[in-house]
Amino acid sequence: MVRARELAQQAARGVQAFIDRHSTVAIERTVLRLLGIGGAGARGAPLANLLVDKLRDAKVLHKGAAYWLGRALRASPGRDPLQAVERVAAHPEKLPPLTPAEDAELRETLRADARAAARELREKVEKRKELKRSLQLGSFPGAPWKYVIVATGNIHDDVEQARAAAQQGADVIAVIRSTAQSLLDYVPHGATTEGYGGTYATQENFRIMREALDEVSRKLGRYVHLTNYSSGLCMPEIAYMAAAERLDMLLNDAMYGILFRDINMQRTFCDQYFSRRICAFAEIIINTGEDNYITTADADEAAHTVIASQLVNETFAHLAGMPDELIGFGHSFEIDPAREDTLLREFAMAMMVRELFPRSPIKYMPPTKHKEGDIFFSHAYDVMADLVAITTRQGIQLLGMMTEAMHNPFLMDRYVALKSAAYVYRAARHLGDEIAFKPDGIVARRQREVFDKAVALLEEVAKDGMMAAIGKARFGDTARSETGGKGLDGVFERAPDYFNPFLEILESDRTPQGAPIGAPTKGEGRA
Amino acid sequence: MSEKQLIRPYGDRKEDGVIQLSFVLPVPVSEKAKEAAAQVAKKLGLSHVLVASMDKAGDDYSFFVVYGRTHMQLDYGSIEVPVVEHRKHPFDELNDVIERDFGRKIVVVGACIGTDSHTTGIDAIMNMKGYAGDYGLERYRMFRAINLGSQVEPRALVHKAQEVQADAVLVSKVVTQRDAHKEDARALVEAAREAKIFEKTIWIFGGPRVDHKTALELGFDAGFGPGTKPSDVANYIYYRLLERQGRAPPPQPTAHGTPDATIQGATKP
Repeated sequence: MVRARELAQQAARGVQAFIDRHSTVAIERTVLRLLGIGGAGARGAPLANLLVDKLRDAKVLHKGAAYWLGRALRASPGRDPLQAVERVAAHPEKLPPLTPAEDAELRETLRADARAAARELREKVEKRKELKRSLQLGSFPGAPWKYVIVATGNIHDDVEQARAAAQQGADVIAVIRSTAQSLLDYVPHGATTEGYGGTYATQENFRIMREALDEVSRKLGRYVHLTNYSSGLCMPEIAYMAAAERLDMLLNDAMYGILFRDINMQRTFCDQYFSRRICAFAEIIINTGEDNYITTADADEAAHTVIASQLVNETFAHLAGMPDELIGFGHSFEIDPAREDTLLREFAMAMMVRELFPRSPIKYMPPTKHKEGDIFFSHAYDVMADLVAITTRQGIQLLGMMTEAMHNPFLMDRYVALKSAAYVYRAARHLGDEIAFKPDGIVARRQREVFDKAVALLEEVAKDGMMAAIGKARFGDTARSETGGKGLDGVFERAPDYFNPFLEILESDRTPQGAPIGAPTKGEGRA
Repeated sequence: MSEKQLIRPYGDRKEDGVIQLSFVLPVPVSEKAKEAAAQVAKKLGLSHVLVASMDKAGDDYSFFVVYGRTHMQLDYGSIEVPVVEHRKHPFDELNDVIERDFGRKIVVVGACIGTDSHTTGIDAIMNMKGYAGDYGLERYRMFRAINLGSQVEPRALVHKAQEVQADAVLVSKVVTQRDAHKEDARALVEAAREAKIFEKTIWIFGGPRVDHKTALELGFDAGFGPGTKPSDVANYIYYRLLERQGRAPPPQPTAHGTPDATIQGATKP
């Protein structure tokens, strides 16, 4: 185990050095949003995008968007920020140089603004925690949180369905995003009622849903969590909006975008770091995406890639200052049901993940790859995942994608899934405390086999380095190059006098070597 | 035309016409709601309606399981679904007959088109590893298989097919919400017509909600649904290519102990 973690750290180290020298357009937009640039301009384009694009076109973004916002407002006080930045960006070379004292003063002013904004953000987090503390959590202590999705495309319909799901026993509501939002290099603005296979993640949609869930939580006496996706080209912005609107969790993976959305790896590594810094600050539980590996590759053969990736994700999360309690490691119940003894093999995997990360809320995903159109069998199949989840004490369980690849779950599909899960959790409440598997049986042998293969994979990854390893398709059967994929043109090297007052706050507990690995234990997650 | 064969749904006794339904009504649980559920079934034309279960699915929603009997019947003999059967060659033999009959590799380009990022289907058919123990096209010596992966624009797929002079194009769509798959398929056909490669290329559509009939309606040569193996697609392309070149299938060697499979396929309408 110690060896496996060392290898993962070794693999991530080079990447972290890269991250510390670079920034991205998404990170700069996030800084501007924190500094109050949250609106949208003509035709709905977010102001943060307009400003950052201007600065990028003027080739001055490497000093940091915050710096230029400060300069612009100083040069044209009282003007609206877009116009002010436009003026500055038009001829940055004509801007009179600041004396060192003026420069320092400018930065101090912006730091004070950022601190005030961060304090406000922190207050919202406290408000969320306070409500959560005052209410029941989950069905009973130790039961996985029942997680269901809504995806109507219309935030107001989503609210209706989420409310019904909460009344039926859901502990977590995920609003699935509109197809391909991850590839948009901006976050749409305002409430939305038209989506495609899901609902756009926007700050206003977050607010509307959280407000509805607050109300239903109070009514039920049980806290209903809200989650969304900090993935794709806007990881840090979504993380910031989620923090501001009191979301509880975010899907957030250090490598998912690279492998499954073909987003450039330099971009993703930088963005995941900043987004995770925000999650650590706002005590948002992240859910990593290892379940995806075993929906593309064979679940039985690729199980070790899940473990290896979890260890990599753990390292990156620790480097971003995240405590174990906030890292929801993902995996799933995916072995082909046509095979024998899959239940034992799923037990082996679920127990191993649970034991590897004892303080983390493990995120357990349901079968999807082998789902067919038969809803009756689908429920039976999902119930097996419920049994493994309660027995092995998974932290968060997505209850079945009963109609995967057909249509979104119907109200009644969600209802039956919640009813069945409640039954299984109740019926098998103490099963896990009572049973032990044979020390040399199928389960134990399977665990050793998977873990040994995971270590062997990490040896290779550590030797090659993270970026080269991804280039060789070590994860998810997918090869990606360092300069391929979407969003590379949004990555830039920081200037020596790069300024990011938000990052300074987020990194304030960082030691010179990066965050202490494996040590921090604050936060509100559950073991 | 086949003989008349009248059928209706079968629950417990032949011809009983029993159907089970489940649905949600947007009203709170009550006796009145239960009656409403019964009326839904009756308005659907069912008799002997039994509301077996009514559950509270949220404060304002009721979930029902309802049974009833239908009196409709239909003539099974009058239903026509296009299906073409081919002999199915085992792996090595298919490579051999392709080499013998074409003297070159068959070029296949595959992709998930539109915004779809679910590559499970296309990967199962194209990748070396294949699916359920059946090797993928990449593994065949006589196939050149190019998998463009996910979220490929229809136009980009057409360009690639043109560039490599593809014999066949394989398109996979998993996301079918609001008929996204049909829209994208139509866009692809249009782009192929514009590029003037529509007629000379074999167009194959695959996905969990795709059937042969729909594929034909959309202008494709064939549609493959769930459970399709790479060898089904490989054999189909071989036979279709022969047919396209106006060549009758030559006498084929016997499949060594391999049962012949039914491969769906048909001429373009």
